[in-house]
This record gives sequence, structure tokens and C-alpha cells, in this order.
Amino acid sequence: MRNFLISALVIAIISALLQLFLPWWIIAVVAFGVAYLHQQSMLSAFAGAFIGIFLLWALYAFAISSANEHLLAKKIAELFPLKGNVFALAAITGVIGGLVAGFAAMSGAAARQVLSK
Amino acid sequence: MKYFKLLLPLSITVALVFILNHKQGKIPPIGKFINPFTGFWQNAEPMKWNDATENLCRLQQEATVVFDDRLVPHVFAKTDEDMYYLQGYITAKYRLFQMEISTYVAGGRLTEIVGEAGLESDRLMRRTGMVYGAEKAQEFIEQDTASSKLINAYCKGVNDYISSLSAKDYPIEYKLLDFKPEEWKPIKVALLLKYMANMLSIFEYDIENTNFTNKYGMEAFHKLYPDFIKDEDPIVPKGTEWNFKTQNSKSEVSLVPRPSSLAPHHLSLATHNPQLTTNLYPNALPKPDEITGSNNWAVSGTKTKSGKPILCNDPHLRLTLPSIWYEMQLVSPNMNVYGATLPGSPAVIIGFNDSIAWGVTNAGRDVRDWVQVSEVQLQQATKRKEVYKMKGGKDFTEEVNYTEFGPIVFDENFGKAKSKQYLAMRWIAHLPSNEFKTFYQMNKGKNHEDYLAALNEYTCPGQNFVFASRSGDIAIKEQGKFPIMTEQNRFVRSSENKLPWSEYIPSEHNPHVKNPARGFVSSANQHPTDSTYPYYYPGLGVYENYRNRRINQLLTEANGIDAEFMKKMHSDNYNLHAKEAVPVLLTLLDKSSLTDSQKNIISSLEKWNYFNNPEEVAPVYFEVWWNNLRTLLWDEMMHEDLPMKQPNFYTTVQLLATDSSLVFYDNESTPAKESRSDIVNLSFRAIEDTLKSKYFTEVSEPYGTDETYERKNNGSHDWGTYKATKVAHMIPGLDAFSALNVYNGGNLGIINATNSSNGPSWRMVVDFGEMKAYTIYPGGQSGNPGSKFYKNGVDVWAKGEYHNTTFAQQSADLNSNKLFSVTYKPKK
Repeated sequence: MRNFLISALVIAIISALLQLFLPWWIIAVVAFGVAYLHQQSMLSAFAGAFIGIFLLWALYAFAISSANEHLLAKKIAELFPLKGNVFALAAITGVIGGLVAGFAAMSGAAARQVLSK
Repeated sequence: MKYFKLLLPLSITVALVFILNHKQGKIPPIGKFINPFTGFWQNAEPMKWNDATENLCRLQQEATVVFDDRLVPHVFAKTDEDMYYLQGYITAKYRLFQMEISTYVAGGRLTEIVGEAGLESDRLMRRTGMVYGAEKAQEFIEQDTASSKLINAYCKGVNDYISSLSAKDYPIEYKLLDFKPEEWKPIKVALLLKYMANMLSIFEYDIENTNFTNKYGMEAFHKLYPDFIKDEDPIVPKGTEWNFKTQNSKSEVSLVPRPSSLAPHHLSLATHNPQLTTNLYPNALPKPDEITGSNNWAVSGTKTKSGKPILCNDPHLRLTLPSIWYEMQLVSPNMNVYGATLPGSPAVIIGFNDSIAWGVTNAGRDVRDWVQVSEVQLQQATKRKEVYKMKGGKDFTEEVNYTEFGPIVFDENFGKAKSKQYLAMRWIAHLPSNEFKTFYQMNKGKNHEDYLAALNEYTCPGQNFVFASRSGDIAIKEQGKFPIMTEQNRFVRSSENKLPWSEYIPSEHNPHVKNPARGFVSSANQHPTDSTYPYYYPGLGVYENYRNRRINQLLTEANGIDAEFMKKMHSDNYNLHAKEAVPVLLTLLDKSSLTDSQKNIISSLEKWNYFNNPEEVAPVYFEVWWNNLRTLLWDEMMHEDLPMKQPNFYTTVQLLATDSSLVFYDNESTPAKESRSDIVNLSFRAIEDTLKSKYFTEVSEPYGTDETYERKNNGSHDWGTYKATKVAHMIPGLDAFSALNVYNGGNLGIINATNSSNGPSWRMVVDFGEMKAYTIYPGGQSGNPGSKFYKNGVDVWAKGEYHNTTFAQQSADLNSNKLFSVTYKPKK
């Protein structure tokens, strides 16, 4: 359990810093790298990375949007279409980032297992 | 097998990243778009505004920009160059996407953003010589160092803003469509003016007229598309004497006689004149059947409460978000000017300064001709290679042939029908011109002389420039470069001929009135003159003949006019077209054996006061009846493969009222031979079915039964609901960024000429008595859908209300309604 939380935290922090100047998919590289260095099961790697990026993306998105009184997010949530539900939009944002990071972390954990054997 | 454990999640990851990083059809690259670090969330701007200081490397001297509480920038600069530099910088900051997309459209480069889907539009733009025209204009502007310097300053401002951006800062539309801003070159300013020309100087129906006349004869042509009409109420009041020699004594002008060589009663055009053809043409450019309308007027001090002039303007265009106009005040030691600017182009286009005010409506004059050229001429033509860079595909390349007349638009490679009829286009928009110079001079103009001097070289698109000065003058002038034409210019010419025109009406002979006895000047896209004007110009069949009469009637009757009166006039919903059409239709209607609901419709129309106010129901019935009737009546002109123009509303009403035996009354698609009263009755009895099918199919929540239709019909389906005006985002289909179902009145032919998609794009009242100006437009100052200033003007506009402008002399004048200010310093 601690393992899993630590990797979530580490992935979130490194991703937040790198995303300030690198493209969004750097989260996949970070998640892969962290999972490779940090011994854990594939499932746990997935969950840790998923939670880390889910929270980073969803909460950051929601924070930006709050300062905007959700004016833009409501419109995007009609476009998607989510009937203007901003919470759903932030959640989807988190899920998309989480899935990418999760599968990348899973690959990282698998790589460690495969290559170290 | 152990690698499978790695390969499976790894390939899922790679596939996910790849899919989420690329546009899938119309879906934006989701990963790029949705991540909160660079995606759309970054466009959710905070709702707080603070004063700031910024350093800009190409600014010459310190300048201040104060944004008022509607986000209107008031630019205080120390030189004209700095002023335009900042205009460029700030406009780009709030309206970058619309500037760029307009030039992509005008330049035929949509394929670079949307791929194959943009190719038809792009080819049309390139083949009609939009880029060619812009290049010529740009070469010409470069010869004028003063203009060139100022346009370059504007471009530098735009470019300095663009280069300050990183991917996260791009406007949201760039993220949706997945492209990047590019350098703003001076050619783009020229291209934008060609974009306006392409909306506003396309009024000719040569191909349509040729098709019609070769099918139905010259007599019918003159009947359905007359040059002049009975109820003419032109811009230059009827009966005004033409006194050219006093204005221009040294040159004898060759007056072109009214063409009488085209004798009527014969079938083919070529029998009248060998320069015309017997052909029918399957291809024509898309054009509106009815002009949607713009109005402007100015009243002199003799008719106002204050004793000083008031000037009004409401140019009507397609309603878009972001709005076509950006409101701005520009102050330098040379000028202090306020008004509507066109994002992408320096200066104020419609506005006022301390001394004068001006506004525009479209002249709608014929400035384009078509020539059918021979195979030989095609071979001799200069080839221009056009390459269309294709996003996600192979580039498309073609050669466009430029003859002495202009580019060959239609040939076997282009057009709905791939025809061997080579049609070349001659168009004023291809001539070198410098419209910026006109607006620059107007912006700092002091009086009527300055106004005329500013207009003198103005070329395209032709506009009716209304004018008023604080010192008490009012004037209007139709200005543009107008060819000297004859009636032959209403038809396609054959290639044996020389240029379809080679001479132009001198600018000082363009229709112009100053301080007329009636105390006001006005225009509403009607005929500029009565038939005594010494030059011929084609009647076109799109000249307005309702709004102009209503405006002139209201202004003639009124005295002691103030700004409030003018504001009400802008929203006037009186439907003169209906007033003249409804009695004709009701007389022709067979009132026996009607259902109860049909009787209701009749009584509703009989009781109607002819105002298209949003809460009225009668305008809905009239609109449906009228459209049904036109479809039955002018079915002859609706063949896809043989373009022809429907006669305009005015002529249609006149024919229905006076001609009982027009051959066109018969509907081609039925074996029976319909009479005038047959089509009036058929179209009336179809009203309810038309309404039902509209509500069943178009309304977002479909009504399944007749009861729900009845409920809607008796309840909320009044004119405002039926018309459902939409202010649409520039990207088609983006409803989330549009203003839907805007509830207001009006329609074509009404001063408030708002229909479902077009309407007053800017309303302005300048009162020199109180030195106050009132403006409104259906949009907002920010192009960002995430800003509270994105469409805050739409509801105000729909209600016919206005914003008070702050015409500041210095930045301190804005202290009471300042949102924030930015001090710009030159970077050392």
C-alpha cells in the first residue's frame, strides 16, 4: 500500500514539473521510468500511476477552471457532450491521463520483471 | 512468451499516446486537448484583471492601453507607428484565431488545416484570383512608403504577440483544429480586404441573366429584372441635378448613352448583339438571392433637438462569433479616433473622432464581368501554379489560366458541371488598391473636404460612406472604382470581343450629396440614383426597395430628433414588404371551404399591424406563405444545373399585383397549368404543413403529435422563436461556442434586417450635440469562449439596447470605468 502511494506521489510530482515545458505524453515516460525503478506488481504499478495522474490532471484542471467560474469548461462539457457537467469533464480528463500513465507504468513494471529475470 | 507480458501493456500505451496525440477526423487530439497543462483548460482565463507593465522590443516610446469595463482598449501612443503596433498587438491578443482563419479562407489554404474538406472552397478562392488580387494590392501599397510603414508597424505588433506565445497560450480553436499561429505578413492585411471584397463586391448575375434570357427572351428579362423600378427612393434624392462640369471642368466626360441597341422580343442574346452568346451555362458562383442589408443615415442640426448632426450606421453581415468587429479607441498626437476595427487590418473602419463621424453600407454595384474565352485564348493564357497543401494527405496542384480579362474560373476541371465553356472573370477586386490609406485619412479627418479627399482613391468594395461633422455638415457618397458599363455588361460576353470595360467613372462623378434640403442623408443598399444619372449601371435585381423607403419616411416625418429616437429606429421592425404583399395575396385567396385553423391564419394576417416584433405570430404565417409561394412561382429558376436568379421580393409583389397571366405562374412539375390564384391558394393551404414539418424535424425536441404542434403553435411559437436567430461560431457546427435562439424581431426588408443568420453586425449612434456615441454588436470584445466578454453583447443587442462609449481625451478620463491598464515600455 505504501509502495503504491509513493509511486503515485512521485509520478505526480515529476510529471507536474516536466509538463511545464514538455508535451503531455511525458507522463507516460515518467510513469514507465518510476515503475521500472520501483519494484512492484504490474497491477499495483498501474493503480499507482493511474491515481497519481488522475489526481494531478483532474484537480489541476478543476483549480484552473474554478478561477474562470467554469465558463469555458461548461461549454466544453456541452461539446463533448456531457450536458455541461464540469465535474464529469474534470473526471474524464483525469481518467485519460490516468489510463496513459497506468499502462505506461504497467509496461515499466513488466520491463523490470522481464529484463531482470 | 514472457515478453508478452511486456509487449501487451507497452503496445497499449504506445497506441493510446498515438491516438490521443493525433486528430481523429473532426475530433481534436484528445491528449493534447484535454491535459490541463497545455490543453483547453489553460484557456479558462481567471476572472480577475490587474494593472500591468510589459516590455515590448519593437515599441518606440512608452504607451498606455486602458481597458474599460467592457474590455474595449483605449490606446494612448506617442506616434502613429506605435499606435498601430499596439493595435496589432492587442487585436492579436483577443482575436488571433479569427484573423488567421479569415486569411486561410481568403487565401485558399483551408486544406492546410482541415484537409480534403477545405479543397472546394480553397479552389474557388484561388481560381477567382483572391491571392492574385491581394498580391497586386500589396505591390501597390509598397509603393506608398507612408502606408507601408504603418501597415508594417501593425504586423510587427501582431507578430510580437504571436512570438510571445507557447502552445498552452494558443486560442482554443487552434487546439481544437490542431494547428499553430504563423507569421502575420503585410500580404495578409491585403488578403483580408479581399475577403471583404469577396462578400461585398460580388453582385452581378451575368451567367444567371444569360441563362434566363437565352431561355425566356429579352422581354421577360426586362420584366423580371428591371434596371429601375416604380417606387424608387434612391440615395441621391430623386430629381437632384447632375452638375459634373462645375466639379470637374477640365475634362469632358464621355457619357455613355442608355443602351437601346438591345431590342426586346427576340429569343437569343446573340441576335441582339454578336458580342453576347447563345449558350447556357451550368456553372455559376454561389450568390445571395436577396441582399440582407445595411443602413446608414445622418440628420442635420435642423432636425435634431440639439441643433447638431447625429449619424447612425448598422452594417449587416453574417452574424459570427467572434464578431467581425473589434471596438477600439486609438489616440496619437495625430488623431483620436473611436469605432469598429476589422481584426487583422490597421485603423478604424466605422467610427468617429473629435470632428467627424462616418459609416458604411454596401454599394452593391456591378463590378464583375464574365467572358467566355476560346481554346486559343486558353492556350495563350499565363499559367499560375496553385499548390494546395493537404493536412494528412497528398498535396493538390493545379494551374489557373490568367487571360487578359482575368482568371479562367470555370473549365473542364472546375465547376459542378465539368464544361468546356471557359469562363474568365474580370473583377475590380483584382486591381491594385490601397484601402488602408482611405481609412487612415478618414480617422484623422476634420471636415467634409478631408472626408472627400480620403474617399478619392478608395477602390473596392464599393461602399456608401455617410458623413457628419461637428461643425454641422452631413453628406453621403457612393465610393468605389466603378466601371463604365452598358447593358451588355449584364450578360456573359464572347471572346472575340475586347475588354468588357476599360474606363472608370471618375471618383468625383460618383453619386454624392451634401447638406440636402430635406435635412438628412441615408442609404440602405438601394439604387444610388434615379434614372437620370448620366452613367449606366445595371439594376441587378438585388437593390433594396423597402428599408430605404421606411428610413426616409421616418426621417422625413421626424423633428427634434435625439439619440433615443435613433436607437429605436435601428430596431424598427416595420415590414413594408408585408404591408404591400399581404393585401395582394389576401385578395387573390379563395376564402371558401377553409378549415378553422386556416381562418385563424387569415384573421391573424388581417389584424396584423405589419410589425415583425418577436412576440407576433402573423409574421410567421406571412414568412411561410411567402416562401411557399416563391418556391411555386419561381420553380423555373431553381434548376441545379442551370443557374438563374429569382426576381427580388419587390418585383415579385409587383408582378403578382398587376400581371394576371405571367407564364411563370405555371408550376413545371405538375401536369396541370396553374394560374396566379392557383399558386397563391396552394401556397396558403400548405402553410400548416410547412410549419409542422419544420417543427417535427428542426426543433431539438421533436414534437411527435399534432397536439404538441398545436400547443407550440398557440403558445411559444411566435416570430422570435420561429426565426431563432443564431450567432454562430466561425467553425461550422460548434454550437457550444455559438449563441443559439437569440430572441428578437426583424427580417429582410426591415430596418432591423435580422433573419436567422444575418443582421446588424454593429450599431452605432454618434450624437454631436452631446458629443456622445452609443454602440453595440452581437458579440463581445474577447474571442475566447472562456471569457465573460465573449458574447456579453448578444442579449443587449437583441433587446435593441446600447453601450455608452467612453471617448477619452487622456487615460485619466477612464478612471471611473477602468477594468485594468497596461503600460507598454520599449525593451532596451
